[in-house]
Amino acid sequence: MKILVPFKSVPDPNDVTVAGAAASTPKWVINPFDEIAIEEALRIRERGEATEIVGVTIGAPAVDEQIRAALAMGVDRAIRIDDSRALDPYAVARILGAVVEKEAPHVVIMGKQAVDDDSNQVGQMLAGLLGWPQATFVSKIEFLDNRTRAQCTRETDGGLEVVAIKLPAIITTDLRLNEPRYVSLPGLMKARHKLIETLTCDQLGVTVRPRTTTLSISSPPKRAAGTRVESVEELVAKLRQEQVL
Amino acid sequence: MAKTLILIEHDRQQVKRPSLHAITLARQLGGDYALLVLGHGLDDIAASLVSYGACAVVVADDPALTEPLADRYATVIAEATRKRGAKTLLGTSSTFSKDVLPRAAALLDAPMVTDVLAIEEIDGSIMYRRPINAGSMLTTVRVEGDRRVLTVRATAFEAPAANAAPSPIERFAFDAASLPNGMQFISREQRASDRPDLTESRVVVSGGRPLKDKETFERLVGGLADALGGAVGATRAAVDAGMAPNDYQVGQTGKVVAPELYIALGISGAIQHLAGIKDSRIIVAINKDPDAPIFQMATYGLVGDLHHIVPQLIEAVRRA
Repeated sequence: MKILVPFKSVPDPNDVTVAGAAASTPKWVINPFDEIAIEEALRIRERGEATEIVGVTIGAPAVDEQIRAALAMGVDRAIRIDDSRALDPYAVARILGAVVEKEAPHVVIMGKQAVDDDSNQVGQMLAGLLGWPQATFVSKIEFLDNRTRAQCTRETDGGLEVVAIKLPAIITTDLRLNEPRYVSLPGLMKARHKLIETLTCDQLGVTVRPRTTTLSISSPPKRAAGTRVESVEELVAKLRQEQVL
Repeated sequence: MAKTLILIEHDRQQVKRPSLHAITLARQLGGDYALLVLGHGLDDIAASLVSYGACAVVVADDPALTEPLADRYATVIAEATRKRGAKTLLGTSSTFSKDVLPRAAALLDAPMVTDVLAIEEIDGSIMYRRPINAGSMLTTVRVEGDRRVLTVRATAFEAPAANAAPSPIERFAFDAASLPNGMQFISREQRASDRPDLTESRVVVSGGRPLKDKETFERLVGGLADALGGAVGATRAAVDAGMAPNDYQVGQTGKVVAPELYIALGISGAIQHLAGIKDSRIIVAINKDPDAPIFQMATYGLVGDLHHIVPQLIEAVRRA
C-alpha cells in the first residue's frame, strides 16, 4: 500500500504570543495536524500495512527545511511543487489532485486544517475533485478486507462516529489520532540521502489561479483585563450585579 | 430560483439552532434565500423551518440520506445549488458543514470561505471578514467568480426571527440510485445528557488539566455547570487526558462558544483555547497560578485552589 501525505509549512504556533503578535521572525514548522498525518503513515508502514510513504508540499525552496523534517521522521521520498503564490484551498486541492493522479496512492492522509489559515477545506475538496470517499477529523484508522476499506473513527460535534470507506480515499487527521515522534539523529542523517523531487504546476499539467484574495489583516479587538476578586462571596456578588446569577 | 441556498443541520429529532444563524447573513446579503435540509423522515423538521422568511424549504428526503455521509450529501447539495441557480451556498460552521460543504464546493468548482464573522462592502463588492491563526488575527477576503460557498460562525450572527409568512415546502427530486456508494455509516456514540448543548447554552463551565481525573472533573466542572443550569466544556489537555469526551473541547479546533457567562476552572489560557471563548460576555477564571494568561482577558479572576473554591461556589450558587 502506498500512502501520500500532503503537508504545509506554517509559522510555529507556539511562537505566537497570547497577545496575538507573531514573533518577528517566526520559526517555520510542519503544520501540527499534518505532522499527525505523517506519524500515522509511519505507524501504518511499521505494522506492515504500507510499503511506501510519499510526502508532498507546495512552496518556494525555503520549505525544503520542513521537507527534510518529514523525511527525517521517516517519509520515504518527497515532492515539492514549486509555487510560491498565495494559493487558496481550492487551488491547493487542484494541485494535489494532479499529484494524486501522478502517484496513484491507495490512501491520502493529511491534516484536517492548517493552523495558520484555519480553513479546513483542502482534504474534502480533494476528495470531491477525485470522487473518492473521505473520512474527516479522524482519531482512529483500521484497514479492513485486505486493505480495500478503512474503518475510521471521527471526532464530530456530537461525539465519536465510525464510518467505513472504500479505498482509495482521503483521510484527514484530528488531534487525538496519535502523538508524533521526535526526529532522531539517525533519521536526520538518513534524510540527507532521500530524494526531493521538484515539480512545477506546468509539469503536472495543472493550471490554477487562486480566487480568494486576502485584502487586509488586522488585530481583533482585545478584551480589557478585568477585575481580581478575593473571595467566592465577592465573585457571586459581581455575577449578581451582572445579572448572570 | 434563490440567490442563496442555506444548508440547515439537524439531529433527526430537531433542527440544530446554531445552523439557523446563517439565515441572518443571508438577510444581510439581500435577495431571496431557500433553506435546504437533507435526511430521511424530515416532515417535522421541514415543518419547523417554514417561518424564517425563506422563498422555499427544500427537502431532500430519502433512505439513502439517512446518515450524513459526505460523498452523498455533497452530491445532493451541489445538485440542489445548481438547480436552484444559487450564487451563494451557505452553512454554519460545525463538523457537519465542514465535512460536506468543501466537498460540495469542489463539485461546484466554487471557492469557499470558512468561518465568516462579518461582511463588508468595498467598491460595490462583498468582502468577508474571518479569523486566522486561532483567532489572533482577522482577515478581509475577496472572492472572485459568480458562485461561492461560505460557512459562518454562529456566535457572530444573531438567531433569526421566526415570524414570517409560511414558506412553501418543496421536495427536491434526485436520483438516489446514482449517488456515490463509497462510504458506509457504522455507528455513533450515544451519550445521554440532560445538560444544554455547549454551543447554545447561556452558561458554560469548562475545566483544564488541573482537574486531574474524570471523577474530579465531573464533580467540580459538572457540579458547577448543573448548579448554574449550564453546559460543560474542556480544554484540549483535559480531553487528551481522558477527563472529558472529545466533543467537549472548546477552542481553535474544537467548538467556539459565546455564552453570557463562561467559567474557566484550572485553565491557563493557551491561545488555542482563548480562540473559542473570547466573544463570551463575562469570563470568570479560577486558577491557582496568579500569572496565568487567562487572567489577562477574564472579566473576573479569582486566584486559588479549585478543590476549595469550586465546592464553595457551587454551594453559594445553590443558595442564590
